[in-house]
Amino acid sequence: MYPSEYRYTKDHEWINIEGNFAIVGITDHAQNQLGDIVFVELPEGGSTFTIGDEFGTVESVKAVAEIFMPITGEIDSINEALEENPELVNERPHDDGWMVRIRYSDPSELEDLMDHEAYEAYVEEESK
Amino acid sequence: MNDFREFLLFERSRQGKVGCPMPALDVPEVELESSLPEMTRAELDVFPEISEVEVVRHFTRLSQWNFGIDQGMYPLGSCTMKHNPRINEAMAALAGLANAHPLAEDSQVQGCLGVIHELQSYLCEITGLPYCSTQPAAGAHGEFTGILLIKALLDKRGSKRSIVIVPDSAHGTNPATASLCGFDVKEVKSDKHGRVDMEHLASMVNDQTAGMMITNPNTLGIFETNIAEIAEILHAKGALLYMDGANMNALVGKTRPGDMGVDVIHLNLHKTFSTPHGGGGPGSGPICCTEELAPFLPTPRVTKDGNDIYAWSNDFPDSIGKVHGWYGQFGVLVRALTWILTLGKEGLVRHTEHAVLNNNYLRKMLAPHFDIPYPAETLHETVFTDKRQQAHGVSTMDIAKSLLDYGFHPPTVYFPLVVPGALMVEPTETESRGELNRFARALMDISNRAASDPQSVTSAPHTTQIQRADETIAARQPILRWQPKTS
Repeated sequence: MYPSEYRYTKDHEWINIEGNFAIVGITDHAQNQLGDIVFVELPEGGSTFTIGDEFGTVESVKAVAEIFMPITGEIDSINEALEENPELVNERPHDDGWMVRIRYSDPSELEDLMDHEAYEAYVEEESK
Repeated sequence: MNDFREFLLFERSRQGKVGCPMPALDVPEVELESSLPEMTRAELDVFPEISEVEVVRHFTRLSQWNFGIDQGMYPLGSCTMKHNPRINEAMAALAGLANAHPLAEDSQVQGCLGVIHELQSYLCEITGLPYCSTQPAAGAHGEFTGILLIKALLDKRGSKRSIVIVPDSAHGTNPATASLCGFDVKEVKSDKHGRVDMEHLASMVNDQTAGMMITNPNTLGIFETNIAEIAEILHAKGALLYMDGANMNALVGKTRPGDMGVDVIHLNLHKTFSTPHGGGGPGSGPICCTEELAPFLPTPRVTKDGNDIYAWSNDFPDSIGKVHGWYGQFGVLVRALTWILTLGKEGLVRHTEHAVLNNNYLRKMLAPHFDIPYPAETLHETVFTDKRQQAHGVSTMDIAKSLLDYGFHPPTVYFPLVVPGALMVEPTETESRGELNRFARALMDISNRAASDPQSVTSAPHTTQIQRADETIAARQPILRWQPKTS
């Protein structure tokens, strides 16, 4: 269910490293908890954030949730498709529903994140 | 057979129909487009042409399909939907108050100024804070004004603090307020009892902290027992404590925010003080504050001299200025003062006790049927969850929709955000024991049906005008206005 090459945060973001870039989205568990997503607010390309910063919000029929940077870096591009089709986050959270592409600087920040097995266990523990 | 399909006035329009026939012109007709070319609406032809009786029936039917506190129990947690006593309306309608002109000389409206001054002094007594402004027009507006006071004080001190701390169980308006006032928001976690995590808080407060916004009792209905210590932690670092008074109805006459170390608080007259709410009238969100913050209060302020003469005064050079025109929501202020005077000290205390008793009565009855995520004692409201019903595929939304079939307005759902599947029930002191029993039996019946016949709950409501609106489509592709068919 959770791609093995990704890393995961306790706030339910996933991050996938592709060379000098990191792709970030929210996990299937996160979209499931939120319910039908109706709006995704993302930052402008070029803006810079520190790890842990809020960089956008996801609005569903139930709630508005913040999304946090899993790594320090500059926003290279955002998933423009989400503006018209926020349901992509519900339907394909781990690929087409990606949110931002980040040019990152410090790969050591990834060390504190969970791998897919640890994340799965974390979700299970959290929903008890 | 009435199919209850209600057409829009636009859809009922028939060319040539009129509501009020006008007499023939006895002056020369002027071509509108030529005399006021830029001010003429091109799309005027789509305005409905319809008779008076159709308009009256349309709006009467819509009003009958509405649900309000005047029809039945409305246990919307955090919103405090209590009865609006009719004596409040009688007082607000007194000609001397209702017909006063906002530009009248102070000498001509001594009664109106007296109402504001007297209400302010009662609100000060209730909150234990010495100064009050009744200008803000709603809760969030009060928050905004209160945080502006804190900002003004920090500016005066030459302090450049940038952080406002907000608990993870807070009303969404709190972080929005802090952000609107130019602060960055940091979230403090709840501990396992549903209260502010004191260790986390202590680790967060530093010389960048402007203040903290706290709701007490919090949105879980739980009293923040460490409130005095929280105030101490903040004050020791030069930060201030803002209290969101949305839940003040659990405290009135029992304990006072000023005594807890709160620096500024807003009150919702449309919650705690029984004025109309939820489409029934404008809100009002007065703030009360310490002497230290008072110089920054909005102007004009009502003053009273040694001869009991009231006047508006703008002579407060440090004031943040106006946040509302004229007197604030004056009619609402009259209603709130009426409520306070009708009940008196003992009555206010009794109402607080009944609000807490009613909630705990419901909680006790519902505890065997619904999960309560935080076991700590609650005051005026309780947050349940759908955890047990989820086993049968029945969610909080289904339970809320099902309650409509029993004639109740649903509770607040999916808030606070720290509780997944939250059902936040606040009966207020308004309901009798019989009504509480009826409500509890409805919820128990829904819980039983969730196990025996879950489909009957997930397909609810069955008796309402519209079953389930598609909220997702409504949010993703909203139709915000009627458009003529292009055929």
